[in-house]
Amino acid sequence: MTDVQAATGPAAAAVRQPLLETRRLSVEFGGLKALDDLDLEIYEGEIVSVIGPNGAGKTTLFNAITATVESSDGDIVFEGRSLLGLDPNRVTSSGIARTFQNVRLFANMSVLENVMVSQHCRTKQHAFGALLYTRAFRREEAEIRQRAEKILEFFGTRLVGYRMDQPAFTLSYANRRRLEIARAMATQPKLILLDEPVAGMNPVESAELTGLIGRLRDEWGFAIVVIEHDMGVVREVSDRVVVLDHGVKIAEGDYADVANDPQVIEAYLGKGAGDP
Amino acid sequence: MTATLPPTSSPQLEAPLAAPRPALAHDWRRIARMGSIAAFAQVFIALSNMPVALDGRTMVKPVLSLGYLVLLILPFAAGYRQGHQTKLEGVTQHAAGPNEVVGGLACGMIAGGGLSLLAVLLANFDLRDPLVNWSPILLDTLTFGNAPWFAVVIWLAIGAGAGASGGVLRLLGPRSRRATVTMVLAVIGAAVLESLMVDLADGLRLEALTDRLYAKRGGVTWPGALVLAAVSGGLAVVGRGRFRTARARLANLEGAKRSRANAGLILAAAAVLIVLPLFAGKLTNELLANVGLFVLLALGLNVVVGLAGILDLGYVAFFAVGSYSAAVLTAATSPKISPEMPWLVALIVVVVITGLVGLFIGAPVIRMRGDYLAIVTLGFGEIIRLLFQSDWLSGWFGGAQGITLIPGANIFGLTEVSGTDPRRVFYLVLAFCALAIYVSWRLERSRLGRAWMAVREDETVAEAMGINTVNVKLLAFVVGAILGSFSGAIFAAKVGSVFPSSFLILVSIVILVVVIFGGMGNIVGVIAGSAVLIGVLGGPKQPGLLAEFSEFKLLIYGALLVWMMLARPEGLIPSVRRTRELHQVEMAQDAWLRGQVDGEDGGGGDPQPTVQP
Amino acid sequence: MIGKALRRKAPRTGVDWFLTVMRVAALTVVAVGLLAFIAQEIDTNNPFARWANPDATGLTRAQFQGLIVSGVAQGAMYGLIALGYSMVYGVLGFINFAHGEVFMVGAMTGMITSTKLADAGMWESNFIGSLVLIVFVSVIVCALTAVIMERVAYRPLRGSPRLIPLITSIGVSFFLQNVSLVLLGPAAKAYPDVPDWVKSKHTFLEIEGAKILVIVVAAASMVCLWYVVERTKSGKAMRAVAEDAEIAALMGINVNRTIVKVFALGGAMAGMAGILWGILFRSVVHTTGFLPGIKAFSAAVVGGIGHLGGAMTGGLSIGVAESVGPLLILEPLGVSGVSQLRDAVAFAVLIGVLLLRPNGLFGERLPSEDRT
Repeated sequence: MTDVQAATGPAAAAVRQPLLETRRLSVEFGGLKALDDLDLEIYEGEIVSVIGPNGAGKTTLFNAITATVESSDGDIVFEGRSLLGLDPNRVTSSGIARTFQNVRLFANMSVLENVMVSQHCRTKQHAFGALLYTRAFRREEAEIRQRAEKILEFFGTRLVGYRMDQPAFTLSYANRRRLEIARAMATQPKLILLDEPVAGMNPVESAELTGLIGRLRDEWGFAIVVIEHDMGVVREVSDRVVVLDHGVKIAEGDYADVANDPQVIEAYLGKGAGDP
Repeated sequence: MTATLPPTSSPQLEAPLAAPRPALAHDWRRIARMGSIAAFAQVFIALSNMPVALDGRTMVKPVLSLGYLVLLILPFAAGYRQGHQTKLEGVTQHAAGPNEVVGGLACGMIAGGGLSLLAVLLANFDLRDPLVNWSPILLDTLTFGNAPWFAVVIWLAIGAGAGASGGVLRLLGPRSRRATVTMVLAVIGAAVLESLMVDLADGLRLEALTDRLYAKRGGVTWPGALVLAAVSGGLAVVGRGRFRTARARLANLEGAKRSRANAGLILAAAAVLIVLPLFAGKLTNELLANVGLFVLLALGLNVVVGLAGILDLGYVAFFAVGSYSAAVLTAATSPKISPEMPWLVALIVVVVITGLVGLFIGAPVIRMRGDYLAIVTLGFGEIIRLLFQSDWLSGWFGGAQGITLIPGANIFGLTEVSGTDPRRVFYLVLAFCALAIYVSWRLERSRLGRAWMAVREDETVAEAMGINTVNVKLLAFVVGAILGSFSGAIFAAKVGSVFPSSFLILVSIVILVVVIFGGMGNIVGVIAGSAVLIGVLGGPKQPGLLAEFSEFKLLIYGALLVWMMLARPEGLIPSVRRTRELHQVEMAQDAWLRGQVDGEDGGGGDPQPTVQP
Repeated sequence: MIGKALRRKAPRTGVDWFLTVMRVAALTVVAVGLLAFIAQEIDTNNPFARWANPDATGLTRAQFQGLIVSGVAQGAMYGLIALGYSMVYGVLGFINFAHGEVFMVGAMTGMITSTKLADAGMWESNFIGSLVLIVFVSVIVCALTAVIMERVAYRPLRGSPRLIPLITSIGVSFFLQNVSLVLLGPAAKAYPDVPDWVKSKHTFLEIEGAKILVIVVAAASMVCLWYVVERTKSGKAMRAVAEDAEIAALMGINVNRTIVKVFALGGAMAGMAGILWGILFRSVVHTTGFLPGIKAFSAAVVGGIGHLGGAMTGGLSIGVAESVGPLLILEPLGVSGVSQLRDAVAFAVLIGVLLLRPNGLFGERLPSEDRT
C-alpha cells in the first residue's frame, strides 16, 4: 500500500486518469439545487479540501458520492466505473470510505469491534464457516483482529490497550473522531472522505490530526477529500482546494490562489468585501 | 425508573446516612397516592376473581392459599416501596427508623381499605351484570365466611400488617434482609414447585422427605415451612456473598481459563438436564418438554430480536409453517399429498420450506422502518394462520379441522418420539436446544454477528461501512425462521395433530415476553426467562406449575411486559451490551463520576481502569 | 424525468429483483382478478370468466352496492381509530399498539351503558337521546383510558430507543384485553336491540339506517377534530409539538399537557368508533379491539401517517378493500370461502401499500428527527 504513493504527486497525477470524477453532478431536494452541475476530479494520492460557507453543499457532495442521497443528474465515476445506482455498501466496497460530520460510531460496541466490523466488505467467512468453526474461519477472525489492532496503533496510544475493549461511547470527543477515521481505514479504501475531522477540537488536537491526515496519505496511500472550515488545517494539508457555494464550484486551485480569489472572498464575506 | 445496574454505584458515591426521620414525618400525599394505587389494584385483583380461583391452591397448609397470597403482595410491596429514598448526589439519605414502619402501615392500611370497601359494596349492591365476578363467593372469600363488617376490619388489619412488615424490611440490615427474603422465597418456591418436587422425590425414592414437607392435599405443612425457612435463612447467612464472589471470580477469569470454566458449567448443566428426566415422572417431563419447546422458540426469536434488533411480531408464522409442513410430510392423513416421510427426512424439507418462507416474508419487510416492520410481520403471521384455516386451502391443510394422527418422530429407527412419552420428547427438544444455543453462540461471535450488532446500532452507518444490511438482516430472519421450524416440527410430532388455533398471534407475543423478560440478546437469560415464565405460569395453551393461573396468565404476561420495559428493559439476566444500550447515559455518568472516562486532554496514559464492560 | 425514474427504480440486489417480481405478481393477480370480475359481470359464461372460475356467478348491482356501503361504513370507523394512531405517531413517533384496545374499551362501555339504559326503558323511548348519552360516556371513559395509559406506560419512556415504547404498548394492549376478559368474562356481549328505522333499509340508495348513522357520525367527528386541530390554540400547540417538541417547549408550549391532549383526543375518537362498532355489529368481546386496531393502523399508514385527512382516506380505502376485495379479486379467480379471507386481504393491502409506496399514499408527516 505504501509504495504506490511516493512517486505520485499532484503533478504526476494530472496526466493520469482521475481516481474519482463527478461529471455535471446535481442533487435536488424538492426544487432546491444542493449541488448544481458539479465537475470534480480527485487523483490518486491527492489530498483535496472542499470548503465553502454553510449550506454550500459540501456534505451533500459526500452523501451523493456514497449514495446516501440520490443524485438527480450527472454521473459519478470511480476508477473508470460509474457508481450510479449502487447501494451505499457497494460504494464502500468499491473503495470509498467516509466519516460523518456528527460523529456516528457504533456506540455500544467496543472500540476494537467498531474497527473489526468495518472490515465486513473485505472479508468473506459466512454463517457456515462460523457454525462449523472451520480453519479458514479462525484464520480470518485472527486476521481481522490483527488488522484492526494495527489500524488502532496508527493513532499512537490513544485507542489501544484497555481502551480497545471499552464501549465506544466512553471515548472522549477527540478519540471518537479518531475512531471514526480508524473505522474508515478498516474498510480498506482507496479514497477517504473526511467530513470536518477537526471540528470541535482544541488547537493541539487539531494540529495532531492535521499531521495524521498527511500520514494517512504518505503511509497508507489513501487519496483524501476533506471538508473543513479551519483554514489553518486546509492550508496545512491540501494539495488542492475546491470552493463550493450554493452547490456550484466557484474556485479551484492551490491554497494561495483560492484564498485570494475575489469570488471566494465574496462568497464568504458578501458582495463588496472582495474589492479593496 | 429505578436504575438497576449490576456493576455500578461504587462505594465512594455512597454518602453517610443521616439520622432516621421522625416517625410521623411523611409526605402523606405520596403515601396516600401509593396506598390508593395499591387499593385500586387490590380491588381489581379481587374482581378479576383471582382470590376465588386461586383459593384452591394451598401454599402453606392451614394458613395460606395462593388466592390470599396474591392479596398480600401489594400492601406489602407498597409498604416497602414507600420507604424508598432516591439515591442522588447531594441528597441526604436517612437511616431507616420507625418512620418506615409507620409509613408502611399507613400505606398498607389504605391498600387493604380497598378490599374493605369492596366487601361492603359486594354485600349491598349487585353489579353482576357487567362484572361477572361480582358474586357471593367473592364476598365469602373476603369476609372469611363472616359478616361484611368483619371484612372491613380484617382487611384493614391485614393491609396494615403487610404494609408494616414491608416497612420493617427496610429496618433490617442488608444481611438479615437477604436472609428474610430468602426464607420467604424458599417457602413460596417450595409451594410453587410442589408437584415437581413430589414427582422427583418419587423417582429418587425420597418420598419420606416430601411427605413431611407437603400436606396430603397440597401445600407445605406449617412445620415443614418453618424448617424450610430456618434452613434457607441459615444458608443465606452462611453463604452470604459466596455466590457473588464466585460469580465475580468467574467473570474475572481470562482467556483459556474462562472458557474452561464455562465449559465445565455447561457440562454440569447438561448432565443435570440429561439425568433429571430419568427420575422424573410423566407430569414433570411433560412440563420440561413444554418449557423446552418454548426455549427453542425463544432462542430463535432471540436471534432476530436480540442479535439483529428486528422486532418480529409474526414469529409464530415460522412455528406454524414448521408444524404444518412436518404434518403434511409425515402424516398419512394429510389431505392432499402424504409422502409419509420419516420425521428426520421430513425435517430437512421442513427447514428448506421454512427458510424459503422466511425469505419470502423477510424480503418485503426488511427495508421497512423498525416499527412498520413489527406490524407488517404481525400481519404476515395472521395471514399465514388465516390461510391454514381457510376453506380455500383446506384441501391441503384441512382448514379448521387441521391435520390429525401425525406419527411420532422416528429417530434413525432407534426410537419413536411422540407425545405419549414426554421424556423422549424432552430429550429431542434438548438436543435441538443445544443446537440452537450453539448456533446463536457461534454466530454472535462471528463476522455476521458483528454485522448484526452494527445494524442494530445504526443502520445507515453500517451500510456506509460496507455492510449489506439487507442481506445481513434477511439472514437473521432466515436463521430465526429455521430455528422456529425445529420447534414446529417437534410440536407436530409431540401433539400428534395441528390446528390453526395453535398458532394465534398471542403465541408470538408470549415468546416476545419470554425473550424480553429473560434478557434480549443473552442466551442464558432467554433460557432462564422461558424456564421461569413457561414453567411457572405456562405457555399460551400449556399449563405451568401454577395451573390455577391459566385464566390469568395472559393478563400477567401483559403487565409483566409493561413493567419490564419500565423498570428493567434489559431483562432478568441482561446481556452486557443491551444494558449499555439502554442505560448508556447513566453508565457514562457513573464512569465520569469515577473519573474513568478519558478526558479530552488525557493521552492514553490513564491508570488501569476498574470499569470492566 | 424518465432518466430520473430509472435511476431510482433499477433493481440492485437479489432482494430488489425478488421484490420487483413480487410487485409485478401482486399487480398481475389484482389485474387478472379484476378483469375476470368484469368478464363475469358482462356474461358469466364468457370463456375468460369460466377459465378463471368455473363456478363464477358474478355480483348483482344491489350486492355490489351493499358491499361498497358496508365497506364505507366500516372504513369510516377504521378512519376514526386511525386518527388516534396517526396523531400519537405524529407527536411521539411511535405506534401506540394499544390504541385498538381503547376502541374495545369504548365498545364495552357503550355496551354496559346501553344495557343499563335499556333496563331503565330509556333506550326504546328515546333512542337518539340515549345514543348521545352512551357516546358521551364512552368518549369520556376512552379519553381517560388513553390518558392514564400515557401517564403510566409511555411518559417514563420518552426518549428511549424507538422500539421500547412499541414493545410497551404491545404489553399494554395485551393487558387491557385481558383486563376486559377477567372483569367482564369471555362471552360475547350484545348491545340492546335498536329501533326499526336503524335496522331497515331506506329508500335513499337502499342503505340501512345504521350505516347512514355511522357514516354521518364519523364525518361529524372528523369535522370536529379538524376544527380542534386546525383552528384552536391547543391544536396549534399539537401541530407545533409534532413538528419539533424541543423547539415547541422553548416557545413556551407545555409539551406534556399537549401530549396528554393528543392522547385524550385520540381516545375520544376511538370511543366514538367503539359505539359505532356497537351500532353496526351489536356484539362485543374482549378481542374486539385487536383486528380493527391493526386495520386502523394499516389505514393510518396507507393514508400516510401524521396526516389527519390521510387517516380517514386510508380508513375508507381499507374498509372498501376488505369488503369488496375478496369478492372482486379473489372470488373471480376461483378462491373458495373468500369471506374468511377478509382479514387477510386487509393485511395484504397494508403490505402491498408499503411495498409500492413505503411512505403511504400521501407521504408521511413526521417529527424532523425521524425524517431521515
